[in-house]
Amino acid sequence: MWKWFHQLASPPHFYRISLLIAPWLGVSGLILVAYGAWQGLFVVPMDYQQGDAFRIIYVHVPSAYLSMMAYMIMATSGAIGLIWRIKLSHAVAAAAAPIGAGFTFLALCTGSIWGRPMWGTWWEWGDPRMMSELILLFLYFGYMALRSSIDDTTKADKASAVLALVGIVNVVIVHFSVEWWSSLHQGQTVFKKGTMDADMRIPLFIMLIGFTLLFGSMLLRRIRTEVLYRERRTRWVREMILSPKGGT
Amino acid sequence: MNQTSLSEGPREIPGIFFGLGATTKRDLLLAWKRPGDVLNPLFFFAMVCTLFPLAVGPSAEQLEFSGPGVLWVAALLATLLSLNSLFISDFEDGSLDQLLVSPQPLPMLVLGKTLAHWLTSGLPLVLVSPILAITYRMPLSVVGVMMLTLGLGTISLSLLGSIGAALTVGLHRGTALLSLLILPLAMPIMILGANAVSLAATNDIYSTGIWALGAYAIASLSLAPYATAAALRISNE
Repeated sequence: MWKWFHQLASPPHFYRISLLIAPWLGVSGLILVAYGAWQGLFVVPMDYQQGDAFRIIYVHVPSAYLSMMAYMIMATSGAIGLIWRIKLSHAVAAAAAPIGAGFTFLALCTGSIWGRPMWGTWWEWGDPRMMSELILLFLYFGYMALRSSIDDTTKADKASAVLALVGIVNVVIVHFSVEWWSSLHQGQTVFKKGTMDADMRIPLFIMLIGFTLLFGSMLLRRIRTEVLYRERRTRWVREMILSPKGGT
Repeated sequence: MNQTSLSEGPREIPGIFFGLGATTKRDLLLAWKRPGDVLNPLFFFAMVCTLFPLAVGPSAEQLEFSGPGVLWVAALLATLLSLNSLFISDFEDGSLDQLLVSPQPLPMLVLGKTLAHWLTSGLPLVLVSPILAITYRMPLSVVGVMMLTLGLGTISLSLLGSIGAALTVGLHRGTALLSLLILPLAMPIMILGANAVSLAATNDIYSTGIWALGAYAIASLSLAPYATAAALRISNE
């Protein structure tokens, strides 16, 4: 088990293994997302209250979940990189940030599109979840800005890992403070999620799994590029590029 | 690490509070010699508070309503402005390297610097804020609450900001980047502070915000120096 783990942490080994895994994740994710979207958009009955508008949930919930998941991955792999000095895990953190920011943006957009017919406004400043998600987006921006403004990769890795860790402690506080704040403001946006019908829930689960698999495939591809770039001066990359099979 | 150097070292090394006191004293002395660095954020604070009535209109109820928020946003921005210089001059003249190689624990030295920063930026803000609060027609009973929240809040802001300042210390685009890093993290402090003042102004129970700010200040007092020390070591490798 540990041997396998240590092997995985070595860039050339990871580069070979990930090539085998990424397409499978991508294809199975695509199939699940296509099936879930078809179910969610055409098969599932209309909501008695929200009509067809609720169907955006099948994109909104998975992206909101992945926006937080990506931050967790970014911060934990940054911490692993800081503590055990595993280079690969810094590459994981670097690769996860833009994807996470993308999903955060997607969650905000779909939430805003959903909010228009439901709450009558594109943006509700009083909603705690919208605020937390927006702050999360800013955290991603800060993280990527810090990374891009330090030229030395090792230094950028460590500095941004510290920032991500400070951020993760703060995300909890942000969440609670925003919640406290909005309970003062008496927003009209109190909509509690009741129990969902199984017909509606199963496609959502399929979408969640599909999105996660797609995310995994995207992440692996980005890590591969990141690893290749970081190891551009090493021998294994040169040998791989110059080998008759070329850089696959 | 310090334990071994204590037992093996040729002479006795002073306790950990010595380093804290020495850095605080040194930074206070530096601030005393260059009063402009202390005064500029204060002028900035006053000017931001002046901008708001000019932009949104000077009607009495509007000022009363927006006063706590405006003062807090202005205090947050003024603190950010002053944070930039926390490590910069030490970085430029090499005394930061001396701090890093010193046998004293770095978190304590950092805490000393942050303490000095609060004494020269946060505390003056707290002391000046009543004048501006009164121009915003804030009742005197609320002014006390506001000073308390600003006091607790700026402690946390200085500590949190020191992490950002340490991360961006040698960078060319440091100033803008520092704001980008710290603002999202500082939002809870502002939310808690400004809302506690607003609640006090409408005779509501405001103690939740005060307790939460106090908890935040204590938590950052005990955790932030370690993060700042780690960040300083990383950016000075």
